[in-house]
Amino acid sequence: MANPASVNFERDVSKALNDAQLRSNLKKAMSSLSLKRKAIFPDKTNFEQLRSIGNSIRRRALSKLPELLEQLEQKCTANGIQVHWAETTADANQLFLDIIKSHDAKLAIKGKSMVSEEMHLNHALEENGVEVLETDLGEYIIQLDHETPSHIIVPAIHKNKDQIARLFHDKIPDTPYTEVVEELNAIARTTLRQKFFAGEIGISGVNFAVAETGTLCLVENEGNGRMCTTAPDVHIAVMGLEKVVEHLKDVPPLLRLLTGSATGQLITTYFNMITSPRKAGEKDGPKEVHLVILDNGRSKMLADPELRETLQCIRCGACLNHCPVYTRLGGHAYGYVYPGPIGSILTPQMEGLDRAGAMATASSLCGACEEVCPVKIPFTKILRILRNESYTAGDSPHSVKGNGYKKNLAESVVWKGWATMNTSPALNQMSTKMLGMIGAYLPKLGPLKNWTSVRTMPKFAGKSLHAIAKERGLSND
Amino acid sequence: MITVEMIKHPEKVYFFGTCLIDMCYPQAGLAGIELLQRHGVEVVFPQGQSCCGQPSHNSGFPAETKAVARQQLKSFSKDYPIVVPSGSCGGMLKHHYPALFADEPEAAEAQRFADRVYELTEFLVRVLQIKLEDRGEPIKVTWHSSCHATREMGIIEDSKSLLRQLQNVELIELQNEQECCGFGGTFSIKQPAISAAMVKDKTADIQQTGAARVLSGDCGCLLNIGGALEYQQQAIPTQHIAEFILERVNG
Amino acid sequence: MTSNARESVLTRLRSAVQQGGFVIPDAPEMPVLEWTPAERIDRLKGLLENMHATVYVASHTEWVERLKEFLKTHSLGNVLYAPETPLGQTLASVWEDDLPQLIGYDQTVEECKEQLFAMDAGITSTWGGIAETGALILWPSVQEPRLMSLVPTVHIAVLEADHIHNTFSEALSAGQWQDNMPTNVLLISGPSKTADIELTLTFGVHGPKELVVFILDQ
Repeated sequence: MANPASVNFERDVSKALNDAQLRSNLKKAMSSLSLKRKAIFPDKTNFEQLRSIGNSIRRRALSKLPELLEQLEQKCTANGIQVHWAETTADANQLFLDIIKSHDAKLAIKGKSMVSEEMHLNHALEENGVEVLETDLGEYIIQLDHETPSHIIVPAIHKNKDQIARLFHDKIPDTPYTEVVEELNAIARTTLRQKFFAGEIGISGVNFAVAETGTLCLVENEGNGRMCTTAPDVHIAVMGLEKVVEHLKDVPPLLRLLTGSATGQLITTYFNMITSPRKAGEKDGPKEVHLVILDNGRSKMLADPELRETLQCIRCGACLNHCPVYTRLGGHAYGYVYPGPIGSILTPQMEGLDRAGAMATASSLCGACEEVCPVKIPFTKILRILRNESYTAGDSPHSVKGNGYKKNLAESVVWKGWATMNTSPALNQMSTKMLGMIGAYLPKLGPLKNWTSVRTMPKFAGKSLHAIAKERGLSND
Repeated sequence: MITVEMIKHPEKVYFFGTCLIDMCYPQAGLAGIELLQRHGVEVVFPQGQSCCGQPSHNSGFPAETKAVARQQLKSFSKDYPIVVPSGSCGGMLKHHYPALFADEPEAAEAQRFADRVYELTEFLVRVLQIKLEDRGEPIKVTWHSSCHATREMGIIEDSKSLLRQLQNVELIELQNEQECCGFGGTFSIKQPAISAAMVKDKTADIQQTGAARVLSGDCGCLLNIGGALEYQQQAIPTQHIAEFILERVNG
Repeated sequence: MTSNARESVLTRLRSAVQQGGFVIPDAPEMPVLEWTPAERIDRLKGLLENMHATVYVASHTEWVERLKEFLKTHSLGNVLYAPETPLGQTLASVWEDDLPQLIGYDQTVEECKEQLFAMDAGITSTWGGIAETGALILWPSVQEPRLMSLVPTVHIAVLEADHIHNTFSEALSAGQWQDNMPTNVLLISGPSKTADIELTLTFGVHGPKELVVFILDQ
């Protein structure tokens, strides 16, 4: 993912929090997205019912993952779709390159795909002389500015229209400056239309892959995804291996949950179901369709009875929109491709806690993500496991990559002392009494320094509730 | 809403005071105890109690958490309901203890313990069905919903229904009532910059209500919000709901 | 590399699944939603219109006149159609000289790509509709290729009212889709749109700028 040397969570958080423009862009956008979601799921009982269905479908698929993937492969192959497997992102990129090279192609047009971001696919292809053009408007905007997505659904949400107007004017030849959103759209339409016409390779992600029929489903509003999967001669789709569902009838509830949770829509403009390349006699559509199935740490997550729930995710982004941390930072400060609550549980498992462990601390465990998650991922439980793994190695029950990176910190000793204090009533009451006496004079160092940067010192009581209860003669048992 | 099977008016209840109340807000705990006593309930306060274990639980130290949790299982061993003046500690005791001890010999004990846990306002409203008479002067207040009171205990409507019983109290709601204040226990010191941004937004929301006081059912939030308001030299006091209610009914 | 990757990934997944501990809660059934035929038309029309589609409900005998009126009041130079479908045959038989030029999609895309990308409108049939969420179901075919509903600036779709299903789930089971998925199936709920700039909803980005729907009712 990101170059670890360039990720400095503390620095990037501070930068994001001090960017007034970013804060205001995000605040506006996130509250609008959460209101839209609320409006589309007005009835709590119905929503709970629907998400129980979604949760059950995803859990069932994960419980049969190897057989469903084999069935998917078999059905796709029978339908004429060529299936490839990749263990790592580097392998997946190489598969893309091999396919593209075999067609001697120079221009790929691409629909939005988070897994391709995870692979840094564009970089890998460009290094090998293939031009890759992002065609989703948001992705196109950030590609022009050499940025990565800051949100998994609305990738350019950190930018406002003035910034985009300036970007288009500077980067697209012969483009007048305009802040009118309709005109900015029209500029993108005209520019990209030529590329849709010329693109030799179309690249897309996959929202759901149906094992029963070998069907790849794509959700979108703009029509660029349809362009990329219909106009070029070759279509290459890429998916994380968790994206498979068992039956076609599993799709409608997941689709309803996805579009409702992501953008508050009953349905997107297009839902595109692809089951084969162009068949004999058909006049259009790609002559070749490839499906790349990527692992990149997912099979390890599946082996853990608790961490595997991470794989239930359908990438709707609702957890980002409702997260008090994400809505203040935006995506870039997290340093990796998947930000927000889903990123905070997914990234440390993929990249290793030693690199991305800070993400697991960037949550107050308020649970807003769990409240809205359409497939009921237990975010806070997984965050606690990752925090625990940060301090343990060797005998750790979950053996998350890069665990134990904080095991030598003094913090572990502090918690041991804290536990002793709280398991001995005598020690506990003595320490509370001590705090009451000297609390006000404690030096503002370490944790207290952090606390008092925006708050006054806590005021410790002269007499504890324990002492008062005793004085008042409250019974002890 | 999380539904709890309600018990009949009990003679005795345990009071779990919480460590934060013990250290910083004993008057809030005492108010909770007095409200229970006024309604004919004998309050038992085990002197062996300490902390629910949430700080270490959320920081990733399950062994230390279990050790501290066992101390509570031991201290609250009788069959009385356990009343907690905090949605956050209540959530820990009620929803996390059973999972924490799922594979331990104490599994059944932890479940029985959890089944007896009530947040204070939940207990006042649903079990004691208390009726309040407001003897205080007219006042405008606002209310902050703690995350775990909202999402784990599901008792926010109980807390607010008590405030609505008070005739002279005008409740002005926050724009983002259910958004986290940024406390999150050790989160506030491990991610101080993010926590600071969150509490600044919370205090701005409080200020725009024009309320004379901020109430909440959780002392963690009050410590955070109150400390920030004081740091900003804003004259809006914070108060635990139990203390406020007692003040109103005493006049 | 690939075959090895396949084996190692599947081996890891099999061993992961063998660890067990999968809890699959019984899910409630999807709520059954039902509307009368008239309600289905109204609901579909309303939802499509909310998404900025233009919807006409007309009888089998009068709809062609409505189409002609539409074409005459919109400055379209040409209309792409599928000559071999029943819809295409109807259109060819009633077409008039003062209407935009009717152009058949009768070659492969390789032979006519430039022309296709320059089309003002494309007219297609539909497999059905979905009342619940407001969508058309298109089932492109040899006769009626995929790009017809994508590349022209205006997409005109013709839908039989009695092909409107209550829900997507109902359409799947009514058509036994799992046994006969074609190359491509599409759900379409309006003209192309985006909200990628400041969440401002605007229509007509990469796909058709307009969607015009004729619902043919008795």
